[in-house]
Amino acid sequence: MTVTGAPVVEITGLHKSFGAREVLKGIELTVSQGEVVCIIGASGSGKSTLLRCVNLLEQPTSGVVTVLGVEVTDPDVDIDKVRTHVGMVFQQFNLFPHRSVLENCTLAQRQVLKRSKEEAEAIARKNLAHVGLADREASMPAQLSGGQQQRVAIARALSMDPALMLFDEPTSALDPELVGEVLTVMRELADEGMTMLVVTHEMAFAREVADRVIFLDEGVILEQGTPEQIIGAPTQERTRAFLRRVLDPTHVPEVEAPPASS
Amino acid sequence: MSSERLSARPALEVGRARMSPRRRAILSRRIQYVVIFAVLLVLALTADWGRLGEVFFNREAIEYVAPKLPHAALNTIIYTAAAFAVGIALGLVLALMKLSQVRFYRVVATGYVEFFRGIPALLVVIAFGYAIPTAFQIRFDSIILQIALALGAVSAAYMAETIRAGIQAVPKGQVEAARSLGMSSGATLRRVVIPQAFRIILPPMTNEAVLLLKDTSLTFALGLQVLDFELTKVGRNALSEAGGGLTSIVLVGIMYLLITIPLSSLTRWLERKTGYKGHV
Repeated sequence: MTVTGAPVVEITGLHKSFGAREVLKGIELTVSQGEVVCIIGASGSGKSTLLRCVNLLEQPTSGVVTVLGVEVTDPDVDIDKVRTHVGMVFQQFNLFPHRSVLENCTLAQRQVLKRSKEEAEAIARKNLAHVGLADREASMPAQLSGGQQQRVAIARALSMDPALMLFDEPTSALDPELVGEVLTVMRELADEGMTMLVVTHEMAFAREVADRVIFLDEGVILEQGTPEQIIGAPTQERTRAFLRRVLDPTHVPEVEAPPASS
Repeated sequence: MSSERLSARPALEVGRARMSPRRRAILSRRIQYVVIFAVLLVLALTADWGRLGEVFFNREAIEYVAPKLPHAALNTIIYTAAAFAVGIALGLVLALMKLSQVRFYRVVATGYVEFFRGIPALLVVIAFGYAIPTAFQIRFDSIILQIALALGAVSAAYMAETIRAGIQAVPKGQVEAARSLGMSSGATLRRVVIPQAFRIILPPMTNEAVLLLKDTSLTFALGLQVLDFELTKVGRNALSEAGGGLTSIVLVGIMYLLITIPLSSLTRWLERKTGYKGHV
């Protein structure tokens, strides 16, 4: 699909405002093929908005976003076509509750890629097996645990054979004991060479899986580098303060009030 | 917080101060049963049973009106179904217009809803019966079509709001999930939003069907042929032709209930059937 080494995502001068509130203030970001980039930052820092600007679930106010060589900020872009190559996993799973697990994974394949029923089901089953849910294809989403639902959501996205996967806090809505099964699937995906952009609060995951960690603060990339640099030895005071709050939440010094954010 | 403060007010003393809630509930229930019994007793002693039977269940009137009821009931059901079909189709279009990004469509749909919701259905029926055929030089060949258009036009105004609310009640994340898979907005609407909205609006749509069923009585204003009579028309005619007090009206009322009560069970069954397993 893309030439190896060519950037999968290229973002320049990205601004996004909701009314008078500017959430993203000039983001520059390039993601290469096979790279796993974790975006961390306080809530309200614009992490999710940045991710959603990549597949245009949010329309950027200004700036250029190029995905797989296609400029998605072009008003005349065929965004549906681009989205078939970009998988997205949501915090709230967003499985289709009126469709079985298997149908969740075949609906868009048949509707959008015009695959035959047999082909779509074969691909769906392969991906359900991949996330360890081969035996649940006949279940309805509400019969599954949160962790299982999120793994189905990943299988659903993978069934479109995406070149890039976006994860928007995929484990934030899960009970703590279910986080591991989802992160395991994501780690396997990363090991297989999938290009991934992950908004997360799981520092252990970022440390072990990410090629690069980005610290987003009040709409700007304050700091980026390898996990060792950003999580291990951050240079910015605000990064250090954030990591202290996340890694040691019961010992937040009272003088260090969190930055005012909406 | 402190145990000293708790012991300051002895719990026993407080709890014994009045009758216990359980005893009060028992007493209250007994009083209610006594009231029912007293009312029934007074009714049984004062009512003139012979006369009541004459007025409500007059034998001659029953013999006169009963043979006409099955056909009238069938007509009522046909008119309701036809009007419902028109209403739901037009209502869906209006709902989508209300959600349109084009202001013109929103204004037109809002105007339509306000107009047809605000005027009595009888006026619309009369309009379709006399005014429209005269004004546009057309003749309705089918009485069913005429009724379906008249009642459907009114019903669509109510249904449009119900359908719009149902569509908007589907979580935004569902649309985002479908769109992020590359589905077009139309495909998202058809395959993801409307199927979920359908289940949400099932109960209010049953209401709408029941209201329509009763509104079919307004078709008397169209000057129907004998074969086209629906239930209320048959009841009214019998009232003047057969006498027997209220008997024919009582029978017609029972016929309506015989249709509406199974309709409610049908809805409950549909709700169960379309319910997602494990979904609350």
